[in-house]
Amino acid sequence: MTTAVSILPEQQLAVLNAAYRQAVARRRWRLLLGIAVFAAALLLAAIGAEVNLRTLFTYFGNFLSYFDRIFTLDSGQRVWTDVGEWLWGWRKWLKMLGETLLISYVGTLIGATLAFCLNFFAAENTSPAPWLRFTVRRLLEFARTVPGIVFALVFVIAFGLGPMAGVLAIAIHSTGALGKLFSEIVENADMKPVEGIRSTGASWLSCMRFAVVPQVTAGYASYALLRFEINVREASVMGFVGAGGIGQELVVAIRKFYYSDVSAILLTIIVTVFVIDITTGWLRGRLFGKEART
Amino acid sequence: MTPHEVDPRELRARYPDVFDRPASARLAMPAMIVAAFAILIYGLVDLDFSPSRFIAGLNQLGWITLMMIPPDPGSSLPVYLKALGETLSIALLGTTLAAVFALPVSLLAARNIVPSSILRFPVRRFLDSIRGVDTLIWALVWINVVGLGPFAGVLAIAVSDFGAFGKLFSEAIEGADQKQVEGIRASGGSALHEIRFGLLPQVLPVIAGQVLYFIESNTRSATIIGIVGAGGIGLQLAEQIRVLEWQKVSFLILMILVAVAAIDFISSKLRFAIIGRRAVA
Repeated sequence: MTTAVSILPEQQLAVLNAAYRQAVARRRWRLLLGIAVFAAALLLAAIGAEVNLRTLFTYFGNFLSYFDRIFTLDSGQRVWTDVGEWLWGWRKWLKMLGETLLISYVGTLIGATLAFCLNFFAAENTSPAPWLRFTVRRLLEFARTVPGIVFALVFVIAFGLGPMAGVLAIAIHSTGALGKLFSEIVENADMKPVEGIRSTGASWLSCMRFAVVPQVTAGYASYALLRFEINVREASVMGFVGAGGIGQELVVAIRKFYYSDVSAILLTIIVTVFVIDITTGWLRGRLFGKEART
Repeated sequence: MTPHEVDPRELRARYPDVFDRPASARLAMPAMIVAAFAILIYGLVDLDFSPSRFIAGLNQLGWITLMMIPPDPGSSLPVYLKALGETLSIALLGTTLAAVFALPVSLLAARNIVPSSILRFPVRRFLDSIRGVDTLIWALVWINVVGLGPFAGVLAIAVSDFGAFGKLFSEAIEGADQKQVEGIRASGGSALHEIRFGLLPQVLPVIAGQVLYFIESNTRSATIIGIVGAGGIGLQLAEQIRVLEWQKVSFLILMILVAVAAIDFISSKLRFAIIGRRAVA
């Protein structure tokens, strides 16, 4: 049997071809317009950010040689030839790293606790009153949008230099971020248990405790662990503004050009971040099954 | 027996899992909570928390908040607007630069393009190490290289996003449908043709969405890298905090909040336009 290939009459084909070309041309025009707008925005941005390509080309060698320098000891040898000399300050750095981890741990836990207390008021389905929901949501939004390090700058002035300011800054920022995520979990929770408990005459608090909390704890813990991971990175730079942790050492090393120290401290930070990432990923996998790991 | 008169003993016998949970299962949760809070208290002590310091600080914070009202830029509004423009420029340029450089590298890190893991592994570890270093640290490094100013900020954001984009793009490429690539190969296309006509049409919308999202989040990053001297509104903010000009500080924070909200709005609209509403969520 021969397959019938329908061949359109020339005229009909011409019309279709024209329509096709027009459609493609319109898309091309839109793409071109988009690219033009984007290029114009880039040009404006380049002027605004004082981009000077000549500076970049002149100094790009410096950027590369910077890495050469931070991997060279004072004696002119490569750092890995004398690890003892390279990591000479490991006792101090480990102590500061411990402080960094502690700052992020305490900050995350305080933030998670506050978020736990607030999120039921921010969730659509459990909030007792609309005005309360509105207020709590705006509060969380504020805490989330202002960067942690800005809080740290202000807290350093209010609470004095030291890790306390860092902890509080991380705690507030985490409250904002976790409060939103927690309330989203609550909004996805099954409302039937709540109805069941309310029908027995229970108060709002009992409804939350016995109907909502058992459904959401796993999700909360997963997000809190993820936040801890993020906060370790955040805490490592809190020292830049005097809010404790390893950042203090790093900023001194960078500013005073203690080259091999820079690479040593960066190495310890990167290794710590890796270890924390892997551990929390493993822990989340263990606690909440594979799907919670992403 | 009516349904109301349930014998508890019989229930216990019928559902041993509910009524007689083993002690380990019952104690696990409280034990974890106690341990978590024990570490918390140790941390509070170790980090010099004291109630008196906390209350004094809160008191101070209260005064600061009072002094912030009303927000007032004084006579430096033009300077701040310029700084805000600088911040937006830093975010836009840094993200674009990062995306341009990350695209070819991400091809090297994708399993379906480079099957040999010996070649892929170093590329991936390289990207991981770049991501492990915070944007603020990159900013400090670039300030050493090109000097203080917004240009250092652009380069800092470009480098740290390069790591993130390399990973995200390569994941997007690995998630692409292989059938179209095979189709191109079947019709006699070369390896480059496969990438151009089989992969890129699938991957570009995803990448465009991610780039837009990063421009959004980099607006926040760009506000803070100024704190270490890399230009933009963060520089003004850090300066005003140091000289305790609280009314200007609160005005600057408000400016940042409004700018971030505006960028969020624009970029989510654009993302919907590019990849459709469903794919964003």
